[in-house]
Amino acid sequence: MNAWVNWDALWKICLIGLICGAGLPAIFAIGLKALSLPANGASAVRAADDDDRIYFGNIWGAMAAAVCFAIVLAAIGLGIYWIVSS
Amino acid sequence: MLKVVNIGLTLALVVFTALAFDFTNGFHDTGNAMATSIATGALSPRIAVFLSAALNMVGAFLSFSVAATIASGLVNLGAINLTVVFAGLCGGITWNLLTWYFGIPSSSSHALIGGVIGASLAAAGSHAVKWQGLVSKVIIPGVLSPFIALGIAAVGTWLVYRLSRDVPTQTRSHGFRIGQIGSASMVSLAHGTNDAQKTMGVITLALVASGSLASGSKAPSWVIVSCALAISLGTWIGGWRVIRTMGKGLTDIESPQGMAAEAASASAILLSSHFGYSLSTTQVATGSILGSGVGRKTEVRWSVAGRMVSAWIVTMPAAGAVGAMAYAIANGIGGNAGIILVFLAVVAIASTFYRLSRKTKVTPQNVNDDWPGTVRTSHGHGHGHGHGQRERHVGRIKPLDERDAL
Repeated sequence: MNAWVNWDALWKICLIGLICGAGLPAIFAIGLKALSLPANGASAVRAADDDDRIYFGNIWGAMAAAVCFAIVLAAIGLGIYWIVSS
Repeated sequence: MLKVVNIGLTLALVVFTALAFDFTNGFHDTGNAMATSIATGALSPRIAVFLSAALNMVGAFLSFSVAATIASGLVNLGAINLTVVFAGLCGGITWNLLTWYFGIPSSSSHALIGGVIGASLAAAGSHAVKWQGLVSKVIIPGVLSPFIALGIAAVGTWLVYRLSRDVPTQTRSHGFRIGQIGSASMVSLAHGTNDAQKTMGVITLALVASGSLASGSKAPSWVIVSCALAISLGTWIGGWRVIRTMGKGLTDIESPQGMAAEAASASAILLSSHFGYSLSTTQVATGSILGSGVGRKTEVRWSVAGRMVSAWIVTMPAAGAVGAMAYAIANGIGGNAGIILVFLAVVAIASTFYRLSRKTKVTPQNVNDDWPGTVRTSHGHGHGHGHGQRERHVGRIKPLDERDAL
């Protein structure tokens, strides 16, 4: 802590900011990737390319995706808790 | 008896002006949360501003901490009276309207702080301002915040693109649009807790200065409700000009990138308020959008960003100058007459900007038009195309017309 620059707060904001601000979107991306894994052996055949749906190709992928999305949701919950309690 | 009536009228004008500032704060900052979602088509423009307004409202009620007075630590409270608060608000409103007209996302908080400091300087000279507090609490965070956000967003965007590169295009854009709505909602919520609180603090300060409230009191509930309504209403109106600059002017935005940018903004804003480090929501959001462009290695219009940065630097001195002038006029004439005159002048300024803005209207229909170098749309007066488009192609970039933009 310095009179002009609050280094203590600053490095925490940078570090935790990086973990949450960059890490959570990354986990979300991993979740999406897991979600769209093709089913075993089969190549991912899509009915129509302009269809916007998300495909559940692979059960393990879908479970991994659920874990990823749960982490992201938990972090959002923590964020809201922070807002309310601060 | 007459004195009581006088204070009542002045106080009513100050409270009204504070709510008007809160309103400008709302529409000026809609873009912070929603510009990227609107640009990628994750949300339609009207739904985006409605969602943001609702979340700002919720945010304003979520945080029940004593509304931090914006002036504490920056100005010697002895120098504060109703006229100073009023003049400071006038400075903030005027600067917000000017930057809104030019579609520049500038910090509403800095405008308000600048206005209050300018008015305090005019009222009591340089000893009224705590310069060290100003530098350490406002200026240094203001310089650092865009860089912090830019860094986080650049790393996040790079990671997201790398991790999702072999996800089928449709899944990817659909999935990230959902993520984008989530992260943008967090920014709106954080905005409501931060910025609505600031106006609550100003009104409470005015009530204390006029003797209507004991010093150290919490914001009365009518103050909380009216501030929440004012900021939400402003957000709902939508500052389309600023949204356009942020969504289309800085860089072309795709949904994965928009999600990374909003996640960076949300975490930077929430963490900084948690650690008591006041970052500007607007500067964080702008830094994040720039960072997401860097992380995706797409074209970033640094000239547009440069113009914003110059506006950020000018914000506090300019709002301060207006605040000081407003104080000098109100105080020079004295009493209610002075405050009423300055109030009418601000109303005149506001309606002038409103009329000017009608000439180059930015609306939900043309907010996503290709960026021709200015906030003006290439299709004239509010009837452009661009409605309902989703992922955007990179717009043709015409030469910057400096006269139009700044």
